[in-house]
Amino acid sequence: MGTTASKLGKDLLSEYQELTFLTKQEILCAHKRFTELLTKDEKDLPNARVPMERILTLPELKSNPFRERICHVFSTSEDKDGSLTFEDFLDLLSAFSDSATLEIKSHYAFRIFDFDDDGTLDRGDLEKLVNCLTGETDDTRLTPEEMRQLISNILEESDIDKDGTVNLSEFQHVISRSPDFVSSFKIVL
Amino acid sequence: MEHSVSFSVNICEMDPDYENLGEDEPDEEPIFQDLRESAASTQRSPETLQMDIFRECTDSQSDGTPDTEQSDGTPDTEQPDGTPDTEQPDGTPDTEQPDGTPDTEQPDGTPDTEQRSSLQRHCWSAATQKVLSSMPSRTVGKSSTAVTSQHSSQLHQNQASPHGSAHSFRPVRDGLSKVDVKEISTEENKKERLVSSIRGLSLGEGIRKLRAMPLSLTDKMEIRRLAFSGIAGNTLLSRNIQCYSHLRAYILRMWRQCLFSCHIILSFLQLWHLPMKRLSGRFGTGVLSYFLFLQTLLHFNFLLLIITGLFVVFPQAINPPPLYDSHLNNLTGLELLMGTGYLSQSLMFYGYYTNTITKTCSTGESPVCKADRSQIVPYSMPAAYFLTIVIAFFITCIILVYSMSRSFGRSLQVLKSKGNLAVQVFCSWDFKVSKKSSVRLHCENISNRLKELLSETISGEDKKSCKQRLCRLIVRLLAWAACLASIFSGAIAVHHMSEAFIKRRSFSDTELLLLSAVVSGFNLLLPGFFNLCAWLEKRDSPNVRICVSIFRNLLLKVSIVGVLCYRWLWRIAGEPGHHGLKCWESFVGQELYRLLLIDFIFTVLYTFIGEFLWRLFSKRMLKRNRKPVFDIARNVLELIYGQTLTWLGLLFAPLLPAVQIIKLFVLFYMKKSSVMLNCQASRKPWRASQMSTLFIFILCFPSFLVAAVSVIYTFWKITPSSGCGPFRNLTTVFQSSKLLRQELEISHPALSWLTWLYSSLVENPLILFSTTGVFLMVIYFHNQV
Repeated sequence: MGTTASKLGKDLLSEYQELTFLTKQEILCAHKRFTELLTKDEKDLPNARVPMERILTLPELKSNPFRERICHVFSTSEDKDGSLTFEDFLDLLSAFSDSATLEIKSHYAFRIFDFDDDGTLDRGDLEKLVNCLTGETDDTRLTPEEMRQLISNILEESDIDKDGTVNLSEFQHVISRSPDFVSSFKIVL
Repeated sequence: MEHSVSFSVNICEMDPDYENLGEDEPDEEPIFQDLRESAASTQRSPETLQMDIFRECTDSQSDGTPDTEQSDGTPDTEQPDGTPDTEQPDGTPDTEQPDGTPDTEQPDGTPDTEQRSSLQRHCWSAATQKVLSSMPSRTVGKSSTAVTSQHSSQLHQNQASPHGSAHSFRPVRDGLSKVDVKEISTEENKKERLVSSIRGLSLGEGIRKLRAMPLSLTDKMEIRRLAFSGIAGNTLLSRNIQCYSHLRAYILRMWRQCLFSCHIILSFLQLWHLPMKRLSGRFGTGVLSYFLFLQTLLHFNFLLLIITGLFVVFPQAINPPPLYDSHLNNLTGLELLMGTGYLSQSLMFYGYYTNTITKTCSTGESPVCKADRSQIVPYSMPAAYFLTIVIAFFITCIILVYSMSRSFGRSLQVLKSKGNLAVQVFCSWDFKVSKKSSVRLHCENISNRLKELLSETISGEDKKSCKQRLCRLIVRLLAWAACLASIFSGAIAVHHMSEAFIKRRSFSDTELLLLSAVVSGFNLLLPGFFNLCAWLEKRDSPNVRICVSIFRNLLLKVSIVGVLCYRWLWRIAGEPGHHGLKCWESFVGQELYRLLLIDFIFTVLYTFIGEFLWRLFSKRMLKRNRKPVFDIARNVLELIYGQTLTWLGLLFAPLLPAVQIIKLFVLFYMKKSSVMLNCQASRKPWRASQMSTLFIFILCFPSFLVAAVSVIYTFWKITPSSGCGPFRNLTTVFQSSKLLRQELEISHPALSWLTWLYSSLVENPLILFSTTGVFLMVIYFHNQV
């Protein structure tokens, strides 16, 4: 089930095409970019795993504030270190592709925003999310007052069962109100 | 309930661990019954969700093959080997079960270690099995609160029942604990639920459903293997179906390979992939939508060019008609701009085309055609011209309506401008932005927007005094009045100029150029004036501002196109001899050609000089730190205007799409470099999907509709000129279709059914209406389903 170092087998390619939302060209392009990230020894291994630091050198992810979360969400590694195999990488691109459905995108967006991986977005997650969105510099960050107010407003608007957290279905409900989500949740190689 | 047990047993059969099993069938029965009983006892608790799931499982399983149900009892049949531990590689959590201690002290919703360890034997990642543990049974997106409650209830059952039903197993088998089987069944229930929900569907549907599940690729491949390995041709019928599906898949794959090996088409479609990625990385989705729209228009024009090129231009190019004036052989620069002189007698314009019916011999051996009629292949130029235009418009109409229906389906809210905080926080990050400075700017924008929205919610709505509101109202009314007055005066000016030139009866070069220049000038300068008015109005909501600006620009373009159409189709076409024109269609074609070119020249000048100078001005004089913002609405409307002219001109100048293609090509690179140098990403949010819906809508409705109506009017009412073109000596263009029919009936009586079809379908208005109705219904269903 692994990928050979230099070329992608035809059967494997068609299987990837059927099970992801990527076209053949996109898969081949992804394979090329992924192979560039491998070291010489890793190229011979099937199912080589690229550590997170190297994945984050990709220009599409380099400046994204959610880059580490993205790697963690799509990684299937046992050590939870955010390293990706080629199939994880394809999963990533498929979820961020043009033809992925709203359900898939909102599902993965939820997992990316769930910083503590507990299945819900609580206050801590929301605070970290807003800090990622507003950036690093001091003048763009929200004051603690504003943050408190913002999080209360978000919970008031989206928490339907009033348990103090936003779960997946409440998140998807909010997302469905914004028609731009699908077009902005995209990464193209 | 019984089915559910046979289920979990089924999946064990599929699992490679259990491949050697299935021999001891007669021994199974008592064990199997015990299993059923124990399973039934656990499920007796009123968990409606669980029941639903199992009921669903049974429904889907009812389609399955009966064979697989018999060779079951696999966990039990492992007993003869005497090693219950072979079920789990890491047996530590499981050995706790026989003691009856509830090993499962689980918090709600979190996957327990027992599950994790047993799942690991299938090499599923921790993340995936967490997803699976919250996975609904059949559909993704089911309420996860329901699912997690179901999951926790299952876990509670796991905790509750081992005491009770463990006894029923003790006498049967040592070592086989109820909870072992339960464990396997719980986590395998999930897997098998997935597999069974897919197995019941056809191959294509199942794979599509699998694709839409948020699992990792490795797991999907495994589930696919499990689900579709059973389709090994159990019955003859299924084997035949499998053959067919194989053949179909093979054909599709061949077709896809063919398509992809056409490098030219591929490279054309991927033509601007890298520049657009760079643009979106820096400016975000808003500016990208303009360039995407440009690419769409380019594809439209390319399609038009292929159609007209193949059927109209190429046949005429092979059989050139005799020239009118032989001294117009040289091409000067001014003539290239004006479209007169050499160009007026070229393939470019209507006048070149003949109304002859070229007869070519079908047999290529002898140069001399036999007198036998059946060998002569007639190619009627008038019919070809007429049908090509009609078909080109029809195809364009279908594509437009289809893309409009698709984008409408995506964004139904058009004008909602209420700033919802949760939506802003969850949906506003644009993942396409990759450049560091752009990311910083994006963060700044989001921060500003959030702060604004927060201040609004904290302090309530901006309460203005009555006086301020009245002031605002007056300013807005004045701005509207100014814009409408400017549009009206522009249209009147063009009209008067046109009338003055017509009255003078002779058309000199300068006059014609002046008219085109005035039209293009109005198109260029008035939008700037509208922007000024909008700046004075100071509207709060960016959406309303954009829509108002689009509406004003649209009104301007529509009125100018309206005045020009009046000029061409009413005044010039109405009395052609009055103006001393031999060939009014070519004249109109030349005017359109001129308009396109001068529009292009003005746009180039404006982009290079105007935007560049404005940037310098705003930096030095106004001392602003920020570069100006790319005005998306205005630029898109200019593209739509150009496309309207092209569609209008298709009838009069068949090669006009080629001119438009060249223009769009150059425009892309020009606008790209201008945007990169002179502009900066906007601070205001750009609702990309709603705006692109709006643009396609404007392209379809005012723009394409005007062109289609003019062409229909031309075909129906206007007399073609008698001296030139393929429709000379006919009262209306529609007559050519009747002539074609007569020709066909004479030469090829076998094709007379075609003429009958034509006369009954096309000329019957009822059929046309009903086909339109069917078409709209198809769009509606496509959107809903």
